[in-house]
Amino acid sequence: MQMNEYKPLIVAFCCNWCSYAGADLAGNNRLNYPADVKIIRVPCSCRVNPMFILRAFQRGADGVIICGCHPGDCHYTSGNYYTRRRMAMLFSMLDYLGIEKERTRVEWVSAAEGAKFAATMNDFAEKVAALGENKRLEDLRCKR
Amino acid sequence: MQRIGVFVCWCGSNIAGTVDVQAVSDALKNEPGVVFSTNYQYMCSQAGQDMIIQAVKEHNLTGIVVCSCSPRMHEATFRRTAQAAGLNPYMVEIANIREQCSWVHKDIPIGTEKAIILGKAAVAKVNLNTPLTPGESPVTKRALVIGGGIAGIQTALDIADAGFPVDIVEKKPTIGGKMAQLDKTFPTLDCAACILTPKMVDVAQNGKIRIFSYSEVTDVKGFVGNFDVTIKKNARYVKEDICTGCGACVEKCPMKKVPNEFNLGMDNRSAIYIPFAQAVPKVATIDPNACNMLKNGKCGLCARVCAAGAIDYTQKDEYIEEKYGAIVVATGFNPISMDKFDEFAYNQSKDVITSLEFERLTNAAGPTAGKLLRPSDGKHPHTIVFVQCVGSRCDACAEKGKEYCSKICCMYTAKHAMLTRDKYPDTDVYVFYIDVRTPGKNFDEFYRRAVEEYGVHYVKGMVGKVVPEGDKLKVQASDLLSNKQLHIDADLVVLAAAIEPDKSARPLATMLTASMDTNDFFTEAHPKLRPVESPTAGVFLSGACQGPKDIPETVSQAGAAASKVIGLLAKDKLTGNPCIAHSNELMCNGCSSCERVCPYGAITYEDKEFRMPDRTTLVRRIAVVNPAVCQGCGACTVACPSGAMDLHGFASGQIMAEVDAICK
Repeated sequence: MQMNEYKPLIVAFCCNWCSYAGADLAGNNRLNYPADVKIIRVPCSCRVNPMFILRAFQRGADGVIICGCHPGDCHYTSGNYYTRRRMAMLFSMLDYLGIEKERTRVEWVSAAEGAKFAATMNDFAEKVAALGENKRLEDLRCKR
Repeated sequence: MQRIGVFVCWCGSNIAGTVDVQAVSDALKNEPGVVFSTNYQYMCSQAGQDMIIQAVKEHNLTGIVVCSCSPRMHEATFRRTAQAAGLNPYMVEIANIREQCSWVHKDIPIGTEKAIILGKAAVAKVNLNTPLTPGESPVTKRALVIGGGIAGIQTALDIADAGFPVDIVEKKPTIGGKMAQLDKTFPTLDCAACILTPKMVDVAQNGKIRIFSYSEVTDVKGFVGNFDVTIKKNARYVKEDICTGCGACVEKCPMKKVPNEFNLGMDNRSAIYIPFAQAVPKVATIDPNACNMLKNGKCGLCARVCAAGAIDYTQKDEYIEEKYGAIVVATGFNPISMDKFDEFAYNQSKDVITSLEFERLTNAAGPTAGKLLRPSDGKHPHTIVFVQCVGSRCDACAEKGKEYCSKICCMYTAKHAMLTRDKYPDTDVYVFYIDVRTPGKNFDEFYRRAVEEYGVHYVKGMVGKVVPEGDKLKVQASDLLSNKQLHIDADLVVLAAAIEPDKSARPLATMLTASMDTNDFFTEAHPKLRPVESPTAGVFLSGACQGPKDIPETVSQAGAAASKVIGLLAKDKLTGNPCIAHSNELMCNGCSSCERVCPYGAITYEDKEFRMPDRTTLVRRIAVVNPAVCQGCGACTVACPSGAMDLHGFASGQIMAEVDAICK
């Protein structure tokens, strides 16, 4: 019963040109995904500083997902390649610190992939919910 | 402290149906900075916008949060509203509570809760917004076209037609490019020269167009609207403005054994030469590697026969600096080298030729005056084998060829086969193919005519080996449809070599900071929506430098690139996007991390003097972002180790505030 009531808190960073538009398309098509997902718009997935992700976990997020244009389709040519490399580094470090790999994800969602956006969010929220609350990095000075 | 107004939109029942809008506007009233909060049926309507303007004036608002549909929908609308109310348009943030909330969450309490959180995030962000003003830069109203093939010619003509001056830089002594070498063009079989040369003359006679032939671009500085370009005019040892192109020098030149590159080395030219009869500019050029006078000072015959006195053996390379507002890349393509394809015996037998060589053989102005004769013995070939996809679609042989489809080979091979059968009905023609790809207007009809009316033998399968034996070429191939091995005694083998971007493209891309794909084709700003623009502002793409293309596609892309250039040059000033990166000079340590990740080359460094507390001065290297070039992706902000780089509109502090608001 306790598990059922638990709602994860998920922060999604979406690039303005592909994934944010994909999220809008999911809305246009009324494709449901959990309300636990809160989207922050960034110009490009490469704008996502690892600091933002650490901050989210520090403040009690249970999962962070970064969505960008498909490789080769980046509005800014190469931004998503930086994201891919940076996040591979960061996520393996977070895993080492005890934040499971399932809590972090990079996904490519194009502006035409509303269904993929909703499916991704459903899947991600489910995986994060299965892990339960994340307490590893939470700043004890911040009350949740 | 900001004075923020929150405006929650019902969007009819689109939002109000699943979100309690009253609860949202009430909840946001207590957020830091918020002094006014309300909700209304349609915020984007005139009445809604008037309401915002009214509230700004009444409550002295400095920032606005609209909880409504996606910013992709109405951000521009509400920015205009803010401007009308006397606010900076960039003091507006939108909380997307329709597409990303009310439409995807059916449950009212859940939807309302999420809408409040999204609203809080937007309020947190507006609290840190600063007024932004887009930068302006002037536009030099002159365009540069690099490459004088059909793509460059068409682009230049279209730009000049709109009244803007254009310069064409062509590295060969004449414009015309590959199309000038072709015989007929598919699918209508017009003669290439008949449709190209009038255009070349148009270019020469157009007062708005200057041609820098036998020249190269050696340096590009600056940014959109303000490029500084250095053009190297190679010494041609003939005064261009005096030479009349009479050809007396060409006739008298004693050095006549220079392979003629225009005919792909199938015949010879003299050391002083005019590439072909209709060359533009029609001016002679001395090949310094062949001319005896230039090599050892013994000859000087051409100077003696030149009535105009145009020969100048002392001419030096000349560097010209010019300013441009826009640059069009039209560097075109080349067939790949056949050196690595030993199985086709290209280097062993003169009778194995490429399709471009075949074009010259059948061209009336070519080495055989248009008669199809074998290069080895000048006899008429009776069996011709065409091999398609030589080096194209080479998945397994990427070190030899290319992975992509060269696109034009299917059609020109059908044309060659058809024309051969038409002129010489006694010739047997075989075409070996992987697939026949004919997507284009009247293309498939054309290919079927080759097969059905002209009786060309199309065989699905690849040629495994070509072995020269006596005066024949033994072709071993497999017919995949009947699963048989074929042995054909051919007189001539024609290889449809894959095409690749010109070798000059890579260094040029580096100069322009334009991006390229792994095959050295220029990449476009968006594959569907911005196909003729490079991601680098002010750089446009025309023709096969962007990908394999036939002539109709090249011409339409050339026109499209020209229209984009005209759109740019028609502006007196360029207004930029103010959401761009900027570096905090006090924190920057000049490490170059940002410069390395910038896809646009927008970051440069300068040495700046800082006055220290003890009144000494310190010179430090700091990063400077060029606002006209930066597109605002933010890659540099993350690469910066000292946190000096930040992005207007999406500042680190703002995104952090959003994260905090969401995770509260």
